[in-house]
Amino acid sequence: MGVASRFILRRKGGKGWHWTDIVTWLWLVGGLIIMFGPAVWLVFSSFKTPAGLAEFPPSILPYVTQQATVQGYDKPLQLFEAKLPDGSTRVLAEVRRIGIMSQMVDPKTPGETIRVNINDRTPVRTLSFATENYTQPFVHFNFLRYLWNSVFVTVTATLITLIVNSMAAFALSKYEFRGRSVAMLIILATLMVPLSVIMVPLYSIISSLGLFNNLWGVILPTVATPTGVFILRQYMLTIPDELIDAARMDKASEWQIYWRIVLPLTAPALAVLAIFSVVWRWNDFLWPLIVLSRRELYTLQVGLSIYSGELNVQWHFILAMTVVTMIPVVLVFIFLQRFITTGIAGTGLK
Amino acid sequence: MSTTTNTSRLGSLLMAPVHLLMRIIDVPLRSLQKATGISGMAAFFLAPNMLIFGIFVLLPLVINFVYSMTGGTAFFLAERNFVGAEQYSRLFTCGSYLDPMSCQEDAFWTAVGNTFWFVILQVTLMILVALVTALILNRDLAARSFWRAVFFFPVLLSPVVVGLIWKWILQRQGLLNFGLYQFGVEPYTWLTDRNWTFVATIGVSLWAHMGFYALILLAGLQAIPKDLYEAAEMDGTKPARVFWRITLPLLMPNLLVVVVLALIRAVQIFDEVYVLTGGGPGTSTFYLTQYIYETGFASALRNPGLAAAASILMGLVLVVLTLIQLGIGQRGEKKGKR
Repeated sequence: MGVASRFILRRKGGKGWHWTDIVTWLWLVGGLIIMFGPAVWLVFSSFKTPAGLAEFPPSILPYVTQQATVQGYDKPLQLFEAKLPDGSTRVLAEVRRIGIMSQMVDPKTPGETIRVNINDRTPVRTLSFATENYTQPFVHFNFLRYLWNSVFVTVTATLITLIVNSMAAFALSKYEFRGRSVAMLIILATLMVPLSVIMVPLYSIISSLGLFNNLWGVILPTVATPTGVFILRQYMLTIPDELIDAARMDKASEWQIYWRIVLPLTAPALAVLAIFSVVWRWNDFLWPLIVLSRRELYTLQVGLSIYSGELNVQWHFILAMTVVTMIPVVLVFIFLQRFITTGIAGTGLK
Repeated sequence: MSTTTNTSRLGSLLMAPVHLLMRIIDVPLRSLQKATGISGMAAFFLAPNMLIFGIFVLLPLVINFVYSMTGGTAFFLAERNFVGAEQYSRLFTCGSYLDPMSCQEDAFWTAVGNTFWFVILQVTLMILVALVTALILNRDLAARSFWRAVFFFPVLLSPVVVGLIWKWILQRQGLLNFGLYQFGVEPYTWLTDRNWTFVATIGVSLWAHMGFYALILLAGLQAIPKDLYEAAEMDGTKPARVFWRITLPLLMPNLLVVVVLALIRAVQIFDEVYVLTGGGPGTSTFYLTQYIYETGFASALRNPGLAAAASILMGLVLVVLTLIQLGIGQRGEKKGKR
């Protein structure tokens, strides 16, 4: 509460409200709504039934019109709160609608029909979360398979990235050798080689290696990230060389120095790279789209985009799957966001 | 206390097989070290990264030039015939250079034109919005890190999720129509309108990436020495003058980096747009990367050579932009040394 009131009552200082205080206030509150609103809307929508999704104007929360089985009618009837001519209101079930009049029955006494103007009746709605949107895709869409593929790609690629990049960073920071600056230059130069520039020949290389329609074809091209080498090298440069020399005196092998001394000391930078890598690989789209053409190999991102592009889009499933796809990234945002923001602010890399 | 020892015990238990593996690996590596010496081990540590790097980044980069000079639909280089500069001349054969539809590859020039306007508008708006956001976040705010996180949130979302969220909002029964309906505007299918779809791709990419640039600009603003502002305040300088004379000039290096980064990323726009609009309706949001993707892989009239040629042209634009950025970086460094 303290923070909230301090925020609301914050002024530029001195007396009265400066116009910049108002702009700040509007910008921040507007930003809060615009940045989070769409995602919140997505989450609420994902709990609606197909009928609820088709409604206009839509309700914010997932409401469902209540139904009741009435004796003498095969299908369940929708329940309405009807205002009767005598001023009283009763809960009635609608049998059919003719023009602006609705034929209704009382569920307790199904014999008599009551005619009500459609403007005098409002549907009886209750809050109901359509959790089947989340459970059904596992049956219908092989969703578990996509989830597993995405997790496999993300975890494997991140582990390999950490090992391979840290080894290279170790060599580039702690050894003097010919061609070191050339190697560093090549790595930095390719920082700006985007996938869209090399995707055609990369595809031919992947297929000649037999990695087309293979998750390893998605993983391998991504693991030698120049960003990772760069971040880790900058960090390793700060580790004093005396430590390494002392270890050599104690007859430690170079591998032991890397594994037992340098890596543990690089842990903070490794953590930042791991967070980045998980987000990158989880979100990758274009390359998996090219490499994977068999349905059982799709990652979540590819599966989602293919299903959402189909003619009969089953939005209730798509929305729920989108929410699930969003979960790991939201977790990273909640718990690890400050590592990423300081990482970007420090290096200007993403 | 006991929980910490428990977790560390669990950790060491989990790490035990890893440590064992490392010890086993150490045996052959020690003999390798004996054979090559310490400097030879540098090559060993560098090798995996450089190998992967060479095969999956450098090699494609080189092959791309060869690719762009071959024809046919086959993907294996050996099965492709050499055609010289034919793919490039095909891209540049136009009845009139002012009319993209008169070109032989009208799809390419449509994509170039769309991308051009997209880049100009998106980057301009991006810089403006990111700058305002950074300036506001740099004020003396309560809970600043919370507000910084608010604007950063969409940056982490996947492009597919971003595309789907907005596709859902722009539906006929979506949130935007719902909002406008409160003001008496009739529902509209935004994503079937050529102009509105173009606007939507700009807006959505702005929403998704603005926080990233605002963050870099905020870091730049926070690096400006506070005493400059204090001195200006003592002299009674007007806020507008402080902005034009202190903030903007000192922020300029960061601002230029952000402009170039935003340009580089905007030229390659694909993922969100592909999910949101698929390049349509018609060709209204058909951008360059989608042209390369469809010419190379998706279209029935697949032509990898043509796609390679187009990707090289796009690469050239990116190289120029990168060189500009490096130039800025170097100038900034020199200034710092002085």
